[in-house]
Amino acid sequence: MINWAKLLEINGLDVSFSSGQETIYAVRDVSITLNPGEVLGIVGESGAGKSTIGNAIINLIEPPGKIINGEILFQDQNLRSLNDQEMLNIRGHKIGMIFQDPQTSLNPLMTIGAQLLETINTTKKLFGKEAREKAIDLLQSVGIEQPEARMKAYPHQFSGGMRQRVVIALALAGDPDLIIADEPTTALDVSTQAQILDLIKAICRKRKLGVIIITHDIGVISNIAHRVAVMFNGAVVETGDVKKILSSPDHEYTKSLIAAVPSGKVKVERFTSIDYIEGGAKTQKRIDVKEHWLGEKLVDTKSEIAISVEDLNKEFVLKKAMFKRNRSNLHAVKDVSFSIKTGETFGLVGESGSGKSTVARLIAGLLRIDKGTVKLFDIDVTNNFKGMEVTAAQRSLQMIFQDPFSSLNARMSVEDIVAEPIRFYKTASSNRQVKQIVRDLLDHVGLGTNAMIKYPHEFSGGQRQRISIARALASRPKILICDEPTSALDVSVQAHILNLLKDLQDELNLTMLFISHDLPVIHQMCDRVAVMRQGSICEIATTNDLFNAPNHTYSKHLIKLMPA
Amino acid sequence: MLTFAIKRIMQSVVVLFVMSLIVFSMVNLIGDPVDMLVNPESLPEEIDRVRQDFGLDQPVHIQYWKFLAGAMSGDLGNSFIFGRPALTLIIERFPATLELATSALIIAIIVGLPLGIYAGLNPDGWGARIIMGGSVLGISIPTFWLGLMMIIVFSVLLGWLPVSGRGETANFLGIESSIFTLDGLRHLIMPAFNLALFKISVVIRLARAGVEEVMALDFIKFARARGLSSQRIVRSHLLPNILIPIITVLAIEFGTLIAFATVTESVFAWPGLGKLVIDAIVNLDRPIVVAYLLFVVTLFLVLNLIVDIIYAALDPRVRLQGDDL
Repeated sequence: MINWAKLLEINGLDVSFSSGQETIYAVRDVSITLNPGEVLGIVGESGAGKSTIGNAIINLIEPPGKIINGEILFQDQNLRSLNDQEMLNIRGHKIGMIFQDPQTSLNPLMTIGAQLLETINTTKKLFGKEAREKAIDLLQSVGIEQPEARMKAYPHQFSGGMRQRVVIALALAGDPDLIIADEPTTALDVSTQAQILDLIKAICRKRKLGVIIITHDIGVISNIAHRVAVMFNGAVVETGDVKKILSSPDHEYTKSLIAAVPSGKVKVERFTSIDYIEGGAKTQKRIDVKEHWLGEKLVDTKSEIAISVEDLNKEFVLKKAMFKRNRSNLHAVKDVSFSIKTGETFGLVGESGSGKSTVARLIAGLLRIDKGTVKLFDIDVTNNFKGMEVTAAQRSLQMIFQDPFSSLNARMSVEDIVAEPIRFYKTASSNRQVKQIVRDLLDHVGLGTNAMIKYPHEFSGGQRQRISIARALASRPKILICDEPTSALDVSVQAHILNLLKDLQDELNLTMLFISHDLPVIHQMCDRVAVMRQGSICEIATTNDLFNAPNHTYSKHLIKLMPA
Repeated sequence: MLTFAIKRIMQSVVVLFVMSLIVFSMVNLIGDPVDMLVNPESLPEEIDRVRQDFGLDQPVHIQYWKFLAGAMSGDLGNSFIFGRPALTLIIERFPATLELATSALIIAIIVGLPLGIYAGLNPDGWGARIIMGGSVLGISIPTFWLGLMMIIVFSVLLGWLPVSGRGETANFLGIESSIFTLDGLRHLIMPAFNLALFKISVVIRLARAGVEEVMALDFIKFARARGLSSQRIVRSHLLPNILIPIITVLAIEFGTLIAFATVTESVFAWPGLGKLVIDAIVNLDRPIVVAYLLFVVTLFLVLNLIVDIIYAALDPRVRLQGDDL
């Protein structure tokens, strides 16, 4: 192998997207370098232009995007001067790419063997038995057991982490010198994420590859990268050694970005928000519960325990069959018991598929409970939707969902979305009052009153989540269930939303059930935490105890994986 | 799988039964077939005798009961006009219609699929606009009018193709069909295209929508990043993924091709099922109408079943459900 001084050198790269009259620069004057055997992290929030750089290198920018200026020197060859045919000999051969979502990066109708073989056929010009051997070798090298048997498997027969390993094997098939990994672990669980990052590290070391990791997650960068480039608004604001940048950043944006990452170590009163972006912190008006509409009838909570759950069980039918032996069920929730005190924030943490969201849905009455009881303020609401008392208890519980895009009806104006619970429960006396309350709620969640006449698509993810919160507040809840409320959001936005939730809880004495897979967030938000795994609770402890001295082996494992 | 098959068969039996009830009672509401069979000037005794011979003097529910009993043993009654079993007549005519429908289906795929894929890959080009505009025309032009126009242009004015009827047939591998002789093909081509036109448009629209959807997916982008050529991506990644919905739709559409071949068959005097049933309706030949309708219903039931099987065969996510390695 020839030893290139620089594997990749990008100078003054400009990429623009033009629609009609407008031209937006997605990437502006970006210059980065990469040496063989080095891992460069590109970090930034969504819309910062990080992925565009990756796509620009292999010339796969979707129209109307276009490279306007700059040169991309790869092994002393300017990639911009190559034609389509010559570019084909770079893609897959010299530069491999790994995408974010392993669920969608593989053709669902082809076996992974066939996909590997076609790549080996094109990139290495190997056929028949040789190609097969190479494919099996590759699968083995990315840690897939029984590679020969798994060649015949289809993508859907693999778990997310295994699929990402296959994707990596495919990217390595042409023995490339450079790997571009675009958010390679974002769709994966913490423990799978750690394994995949270790695998990328090991491959990089063994094959002397240059790797570019594009991510929004500073934890990933600190784990794997040697050097880091921080991007904001299409430009690289700071670049340098990863330890130096993370410990003493120079640029204001980097500072606030690092500060906004919830820490797993120290608990703070409020999250530091990225003021650099939004231009100064807004002072929020606090509400006086005694006079405000939200405070009415709030004080009559006599019960000490807001939610109590006993021996909760839920099974899902995976496969129906006439004979019992052919049926298969998923026991999603197994004997789950806990109770949440009024005014407490209780965290549920676990990896995907551990049943945490199912528990939330069972408590909210969105799913039928197979066995066990749920009590809200000492009123039994188990599979029971009748009676004044039960309705009142259920009204006091509201949910905020993960995906701010699908949890709002796109055809309703924000006013109607927020007003719906008020109208449904008839908690306002007149239409004028409804309007007044909606205005007030929107103002309070930091959206401003002119949001009323708009529709959900006019808002960003963080703003939509604020609408969801306003909607939840509109039925004057005493309990809020937040199901991964910020996992679809950027760190800076996440900080704002979490601060808002904390403030609301203080003001209204809300009880919160907070579900997340993100340990640092749980650490910052919760008073007590339950760790869930495969449908059961492993451990319930106060946040301090759990993070400092976890009891259960699984909790220890999770805490250990938490990025520093 | 067994549970599924049993369930489907039971459903099919219920559908057939309900259908027979509806068809039988509807047919008995219109006209009196005896008027068509006997010279109106015949003696009343003569008319009564014919009525008795065909069992038409009995109440409807008795007639239905008799019909049902016969149907159980595969006897759907005799045609009033031909005096032969209705089912035999239908089976005799079926190959001609099947040939026409199959040819139309093949034309629809061969013409529609490439055009649709082209339009999907180059959505902003002139070619795509012309293709999509044409497909709107194909959907909106009435079949019978187009058939007549084709006859005027290709047969009357240009004299290239025969006006109507089915040409010579030949036997090949035990299949008696007109596609094996030149004369047969010359007769077949116009009605087949006429019948196919609507389906070509449907295939174009489905293919284009499929291409636009699949091309935007990550695995296509990943395939390009792996260095695969465009031809390879279209052939082995795009095509199989868009074919699943197209094939499932077309399998159902095949039923409508057979059922709605009636119009084309009438225009081109194609001696198929459609012509038989139109004549039967005009002559109030009840057994033929009933047998035809039940035949079509059965056809749809079978096609539906085939669609489910094809779907499972094409998509490993359905085929290999539940048996994770």
